[in-house]
Amino acid sequence: MGKAFSKPTVLNDTMTHYCPGCTHGIVHRLVAEAIDELGLQERTVGVAPVGCAVLAYNYFDCDFQEAAHGRAPAMATGIKRVRPDLIVFTYQGDGDLASIGMGEIIHAANRGEKFTTIFINNAIYGMTGGQMAPTTLPGQRATTAPMGRDTDATGMPIKMSNLLGGLVTPAYVTRQAVLKPQQINKTKKAIKQAFQYQVENKCFSFVEVISTCPTNWGLTPVDSLKWAEENLLPYYELGDIKTPE
Amino acid sequence: MAKVLMKGNEAIGEAAIRAGCKNYFAYPITPQSEVAEYLVKRLPEEGGVFLQGESEVAVGYMIFGAAGTGERVMTTSSSPGISLMSEAISYIAAAQCPCVFVNIVRCGPGLGGILPAQGDYFQATKGGGHGDYRLLVLAPDGVQEAVEMTMQAFTLAEKYRGPVMILGDGLIGQMMEPVEFPEDLATEPINNDDWATNGMSTRKSKKRNLVKSLFLDPTDLNNHNLALKAKYDQMGREDIQFEAYNTDTDYQVLITSYGTMSRVCRTAIDSLKEEGIEVAMLRPKTLFPFPEAAIYDAATKDSCKTVISIELSMGQMVEDVERCVKGQRPVEFYGECGGDIPSPEKIIDIIKGII
Ligand SMILES: Cc1ncc(C[n+]2csc(CCOP(=O)(O)OP(=O)(O)O)c2C)c(N)n1
Ligand code: SF4
Repeated sequence: MGKAFSKPTVLNDTMTHYCPGCTHGIVHRLVAEAIDELGLQERTVGVAPVGCAVLAYNYFDCDFQEAAHGRAPAMATGIKRVRPDLIVFTYQGDGDLASIGMGEIIHAANRGEKFTTIFINNAIYGMTGGQMAPTTLPGQRATTAPMGRDTDATGMPIKMSNLLGGLVTPAYVTRQAVLKPQQINKTKKAIKQAFQYQVENKCFSFVEVISTCPTNWGLTPVDSLKWAEENLLPYYELGDIKTPE
Repeated sequence: MAKVLMKGNEAIGEAAIRAGCKNYFAYPITPQSEVAEYLVKRLPEEGGVFLQGESEVAVGYMIFGAAGTGERVMTTSSSPGISLMSEAISYIAAAQCPCVFVNIVRCGPGLGGILPAQGDYFQATKGGGHGDYRLLVLAPDGVQEAVEMTMQAFTLAEKYRGPVMILGDGLIGQMMEPVEFPEDLATEPINNDDWATNGMSTRKSKKRNLVKSLFLDPTDLNNHNLALKAKYDQMGREDIQFEAYNTDTDYQVLITSYGTMSRVCRTAIDSLKEEGIEVAMLRPKTLFPFPEAAIYDAATKDSCKTVISIELSMGQMVEDVERCVKGQRPVEFYGECGGDIPSPEKIIDIIKGII
């Protein structure tokens, strides 16, 4: 019998800087498994965001570039256009992707850039200490929305996958979550599918992952999973929004 | 090779291709959109990459990403666009990736105007983006030099592993002049196994590479900045370029001027010579590194009474000139920055006024 469980080769054997109970670690592992299973390590270039995952390259054993805040899709475009043989992915938070980097992600998706984006939606700015994100829920507290998000003043949370799925250019756009084991398995499948589409040079591929930020939500890791399940999932429905077929 | 008549913007595009650059990303802006319009036709013939980005912000990072793989890459823009790219330039300088930015300068500030100017001298030489970095800046005075410098820029970018800027102006971009292309550069970029992110499989070590600018440890960051500074110091030792005009005479006035403006000054100097008035010019061809010693030496020649910096700005390079002259001679300034280029007669009047 083969080994039932082992660390993906592309994942480094090291402690992460993520807070206890943060789901960034789970998603890292899923990305690493997909890269391993598709045999892509040697030709992969990751693009790190500015956000809690800025140091993602400490955990992945493959080439990496570090973007400025929000600009990862433009950087990935530059890499992929001049070296289409490389496998390129960006890994971005909701402040990075849905706020400051909104222009870059929409245009990369609309051009049908053949790279993969992993979008961590934890409905808050993690790295800078819990400010409101474009994905923060109505009434959800943040340091810059101490009374809860006021949608009269700040609009409704942006559903990035729906927005990108609405573009006419073919793409793979899916929203998944990592709050429960079954969801994790599905997210894994989606991430692998996203890389597979890239390998086939088929389309832009985008996996939104509903995640947690226990530290800035002010909840325990377990309560965070519960809060996300009860509050984020009704608004951010899971499932494929668009497939290239 | 025979001379061909070309518009500056198109000649810059052709020079990039001949320098082995097959990758171009840009966003349209007057007065340099002809570079893109030329390359969109030429690059496919060369199997190259042409992409019109959604903004100069994005283009800056497309350049960064592409440069990070070790491929030669260039963008061209004009003043407002370069402001938007300045964020990326700071990151690229920090992450040490070779690439070429061309600024066909127009009048500012703000939207300003679309006519030639030199108001981006500070932005180019003192850092348009944040942090402690310097850009190697080449300033051509016409289409021929624009071609030569564009090609050189790739060599210098690879030598110093960083961004290099061509600081032209709207006149250089728009005018047609006969040009002769130097020999093509070797196509293969220099070995970049130890830094480029082009897939681990491409290098013997099988070790991964990182292109980044974040250094959270203060000692690491200070060492990183010292390493960058060492490169900028090396530029000052090895790659200063300037032209000395009429400096072997007993000139009374030394003009400092660069780019388009220096050509008018040259005509003025020739006319004054006919009247028996000797005036010399020191023209920096690299604005950074700056020809500090050459300016000091030329300014302190016994015959020289006054130095005057003549620019298409409200007084930018003159600050560097003053720094170089070290108070040994008075340093005057004349500049216009609305888009008109002062005539030789105007310059002659100004020179006569200070003699
Ligand atoms: C140009 C710029 N503006 C602001 C910042 C500060 N900043 C760093 S990370 C961040 C938000 C990150 O939040 P998110 O993208 O949601 O990622 P998370 O930390 O939650 O994973 C901000 C505003 C910056 N680094 N650069
Ligand atoms: S601040 Fe939030 S997103 Fe960042 S590591 Fe901690 S829990 Fe994770």
